[in-house]
Amino acid sequence: MKKLLSNAVLLMFALGLHSCKDSSTSSLTKVDSESIKTVGSVEVLKLVPPPLVPPPVGDRPAKKIQVMLETVEEVGELANGVQYDFWTFNGTVPGSFIRARVGDEIELTLKNNENSVFPHNIDLHAVNGPGGGAEATFVAPGQSATFTFKALNPGLYVYHCAVAPVGMHIANGMYGLILIEPEGGLPPVDKEFYIMQGDFYTKGKFGEKGFQEFDMEKAIAEHPDYVVFNGNTGALVGDNELNVNVGETVRLFVGNGGPNLSSSFHVIGEIFDKVYVEGGSVINENVQTTMIPAGGAVIVEFKANVPGDLVIVDHAIFRAFNKGALGKIKVSGKDNPTVYSVKK
Amino acid sequence: MKNLFFLLSLIFVVSCDKKVNNSSIEPHLELVSFEIQVKMVEIPGGYYRPFFDIDSIKEVYVSRFFMDERLVTNQEYLNFLIANPQWVKSNILSLYADDNYLKNWKSDFEIPEGVSLQAPVTNVSWYAAKAFAQSLGKRLPTVDEWEYVGVADKSSPNAADNPEFTNYILASYKTGERYKIPVKAGQSNYYGIYDMYGSVWEWTSDFNSVMMTGESRNSNIKNENLFCAGASLTATDLKNYAAFIRFAMRGSVKANYCINNLGFRCVKDITI
Repeated sequence: MKKLLSNAVLLMFALGLHSCKDSSTSSLTKVDSESIKTVGSVEVLKLVPPPLVPPPVGDRPAKKIQVMLETVEEVGELANGVQYDFWTFNGTVPGSFIRARVGDEIELTLKNNENSVFPHNIDLHAVNGPGGGAEATFVAPGQSATFTFKALNPGLYVYHCAVAPVGMHIANGMYGLILIEPEGGLPPVDKEFYIMQGDFYTKGKFGEKGFQEFDMEKAIAEHPDYVVFNGNTGALVGDNELNVNVGETVRLFVGNGGPNLSSSFHVIGEIFDKVYVEGGSVINENVQTTMIPAGGAVIVEFKANVPGDLVIVDHAIFRAFNKGALGKIKVSGKDNPTVYSVKK
Repeated sequence: MKNLFFLLSLIFVVSCDKKVNNSSIEPHLELVSFEIQVKMVEIPGGYYRPFFDIDSIKEVYVSRFFMDERLVTNQEYLNFLIANPQWVKSNILSLYADDNYLKNWKSDFEIPEGVSLQAPVTNVSWYAAKAFAQSLGKRLPTVDEWEYVGVADKSSPNAADNPEFTNYILASYKTGERYKIPVKAGQSNYYGIYDMYGSVWEWTSDFNSVMMTGESRNSNIKNENLFCAGASLTATDLKNYAAFIRFAMRGSVKANYCINNLGFRCVKDITI
């Protein structure tokens, strides 16, 4: 009788433990990112120009991050011999890549260069809060403003200026990407690059030399003259082409600033082993061409198997060949005849 | 004892009273006039359609007034400072101007390097602009007055419905050191007024009556007319991107801001 009783107690105890275990694992999988505590001292994020990105967060704990961005208006090259009045974050189109992790508390300071003609602000799609920060960061030329937000959702997000007329601010190049890595960081890869597509609307036709003004009628009609990566038809070609080696795993953070067009993103000569659909947490595999909505992003990964040129395009193909939506990845290294060979 | 107390309080009150009598008007507001030669143009009264509807009022009447034909120049502001030295860079109160007041001026009475005396004065706050105007018996234009004159192109008093005109304005809103462009560099408009476009932004007396915040997309009771989503429904001219830009600029500034590309001109009431 005693043995039966003790066995019953043991059994009940075991059952109890088991159910406790179940509930604790289920609560672990759903971490409330709001309650993630930050540790350590404040880190000032060191920003780099595109197509470079800051180093991965790895498995560091959440911390307080400081980001400084400056809105700068300056004339630059849109294509060979074609100048355009770009409005930018940090002097580049797209603006600098911001990188953090879930749970980070990010203090963002936006300064508007004193020589600016227009007021600006910033809306980051990674922000949970009014206007994505736009309300808090409305700055006249020469002024600056600061706000803080906690990164609650992992993912790759767009940021852009949201001052009226919003379409014009975006059309002139005021966009960039902010990556919020999940707990533990994204799996490591060999090379990472930052690309952002944008459509540009000029008074003159594609290729017409000289200074080109923004054309509002064309922007409303959604008839761009230029569709480019990183603000310039030559941003990812020639001396600016991206370089990887045979056997390396490559990750592309690709955004679409718009303002209007969606992108049919494809790399000629490659297949995406992994696609973080819409920059979120769902991962698709073995994808040839992926959609990037205007104001959206995607993360694609592939392994460079054979040497040669890979061509980055928007597969709405006239944009690639007649409007400038073209970039190159040069793969260097030994031939791989099992994967690809030409009969001589 | 009671008498002593009464006497003491009487003296105290009297001396307080004396202090009030001796206090002068805040020195920055004691303004002295000076010699100036700027042509003022009579703008006839009339109706114009404001950029956004206020309580569904489609048109606003602007009474006739005199307007400076051009922006206030560095030379004129220098003359104002000579007559009113309490407004020079080293004497200004932070209440009336932020750290950027006459920022590029080489000294209290020396205009910036590489800028002409005939270029518009900039890096002046709304308070400073107002003081300048007041010292001459003038005032700053209201937003309505400025916009009313602003819808005139070269040949007509109201070119608001002309898309070419909007494009012309947009093209003039270019990047660059606009404070270096001398006044009257472009063509005058229908009224004979210069510098409305192609030069610096201009202070208006009631710039902050336009409650526009940077968040151009959400709906907000005061501001719904000016937000992107709201604006698409209520802005009287959806394609008037140029007006959006001006109103955004007005909404972003505070009265003590001093900005490189922001100057002013004066107007005067017509008293019969």
